[in-house]
Amino acid sequence: MAEFLAYLIAGIATGAIYALAAIGFTLVWQTSQTINFAQGEFVMLPAVLVLLAIKLFGAPIWLGALIGIAAFILIFGVGFKLTVVDPMIRHGVLPLAIATMALSIIMKEGAKDGFSAEAQKFPSFVPTETISVFGAAISLQHVAIIAVAFGVIGLLQWFVGGTRLGRQMQATAQNPTVARILGIPVERMVLLTFVINAALAVVASVLISPIYLAKFSNGEVIGLFAFIAAIVGGFNQVRGALVGGLIVGIVDSMAAAYISTSYRLAVPLVLLVIVILVKPEGLMGRKEERRV
Amino acid sequence: MTAPATHSAAPAARRLPLPGFVDGTLLTLVAAAVILWFAPSGMGRYGTYVLSLWLVMSVAVMGLNLTLGYAGLKSLAQAAFMGIGAYATALLTSKVGLNWYASFAVSGLITFAVGLVLGFPALRVKAHYLAFVTLAFSTLIWLVLRNEQWLTGGVFGLSNIPRPSFFGLKLDGALAFHRFVVVVTFLLAVVLWWMIRSPWGRAFTALRENPIRAASLGIDTRMYTLLAFAIGSAYAGFAGALYAPLVEFIDPSPFSLSQSFFLLLMVVAGGAGYLLGPFIGALLGVVLPEWLRFAGSLYLIIFAGIVMLLLIACPQGMSGLLERGWAKLTGKKEGAR
Repeated sequence: MAEFLAYLIAGIATGAIYALAAIGFTLVWQTSQTINFAQGEFVMLPAVLVLLAIKLFGAPIWLGALIGIAAFILIFGVGFKLTVVDPMIRHGVLPLAIATMALSIIMKEGAKDGFSAEAQKFPSFVPTETISVFGAAISLQHVAIIAVAFGVIGLLQWFVGGTRLGRQMQATAQNPTVARILGIPVERMVLLTFVINAALAVVASVLISPIYLAKFSNGEVIGLFAFIAAIVGGFNQVRGALVGGLIVGIVDSMAAAYISTSYRLAVPLVLLVIVILVKPEGLMGRKEERRV
Repeated sequence: MTAPATHSAAPAARRLPLPGFVDGTLLTLVAAAVILWFAPSGMGRYGTYVLSLWLVMSVAVMGLNLTLGYAGLKSLAQAAFMGIGAYATALLTSKVGLNWYASFAVSGLITFAVGLVLGFPALRVKAHYLAFVTLAFSTLIWLVLRNEQWLTGGVFGLSNIPRPSFFGLKLDGALAFHRFVVVVTFLLAVVLWWMIRSPWGRAFTALRENPIRAASLGIDTRMYTLLAFAIGSAYAGFAGALYAPLVEFIDPSPFSLSQSFFLLLMVVAGGAGYLLGPFIGALLGVVLPEWLRFAGSLYLIIFAGIVMLLLIACPQGMSGLLERGWAKLTGKKEGAR
């Protein structure tokens, strides 16, 4: 039982990371039909940039973090939208999706060649100790990940549903034409979702890297699970991506513990196929509807 | 979008006393096969190997071109399918003792069947779900190749894969096997050429251009997209069946997810929806890095960068660029497409 509790907490923690990535993924999908195959690399890169900034400028950790994060949001939030998505979307969804695959290769190989092929330590902002709850050894880092991730997701939910700007964004996602008629600056709203996506990736990256270490290939698994989370939960909304992320995280953790460590990756894949067969619109999704 | 070479070479073909079904693409294929048959003279073992590898990868890219370029589906498991073909052939020829030709057929059949099974649930929903299902499948195959040591040899892979013989003629030498690869590749390319021109192929193209119109004209869109994907996957199986005896040693690494991404980029670089595009794409992706050795692993970044630039400037890839250049030279308007 104590063991189960520990695996559950670990699963929720990684699930929260997948949820952050999946939410960003659905946001840009809804507002601009961008299927971002580089989403995993988006979560990998901020940590690498932070470490790079610390190494290059000899900056203290907080300054390095600031530079790395700012550079990432600028390049992969605003820059990605302006230089990749905008010129490409004219040609359709397919070329854009392929361009994001090319981008994922560039990001991965770039991190390998420009930074390091080895996993690097990433500073943790909470002590790496465990506490005992009902006899289970629970990592403080996992608790911190859950707290921060849920805080951020709650904030996002409030922003989308409770503020004027957020509602404008939602209107853009649902029907860009009508949104434009109503005087909503659609272009700026789309750009905003890309910035939010980059910011969510930064949060996920900073949270997960102390545990997984900063490594160029981290994005592969995170990206795969983010896609699975988005589909399992339902493409339509933040809530779906959140639920999907948590399910995938918990299933993954339990599979590793109770089924097989070498096939832990396979279990969420099976889950994906089952969901596509039984409820293709996702557990939380409704057919043919787009919401933020 | 019809195959461009058909357009540019059509008048030339009419002037020559050739049967009506011959077009520029077929002539190019024949000419290229003849050139490649003799090309390796003086290139040495390694040069010959690189040429053969180029053709083998071209077969896989050709299959993906059918899936992506003609049917408009994203498959992220082409390298995984190639892995299935390679491992099936390696196991059947070295462990079971089956001859290569039967193993080749079995590899194609297995990948075709897996393609059907995988494509059916995904295409029931939406075309882009296939991307996610194949993404997951790719990872799964990689896990199996790495973990099932009793069958696949795990990370140590399989070695001593025998090369086929041709009516008692041994094909163990680099040159002899290269010529064998040329013939097989040529045949597979001609089959695809024929398929694209047949009513089947026209249906594939109709799907990509306007699925709703295609459906209203009575084309069973779901069946055709599924078939396009399954045949494309079978070509990856064929490529794998050639790859295993070519390198004589296989391990899981060339069949990973990144490799599937890479194959997809080759399709786009060469020109999706052009029959000869895959050869150009594989040339850029396989042969060029051998010449640009000094670039090392940076080459992958350069290649991906080139593909992104191509996607922005000319989504039809290198074939599209060549076509534009040709149109400029001959002063023809580009409106033919």
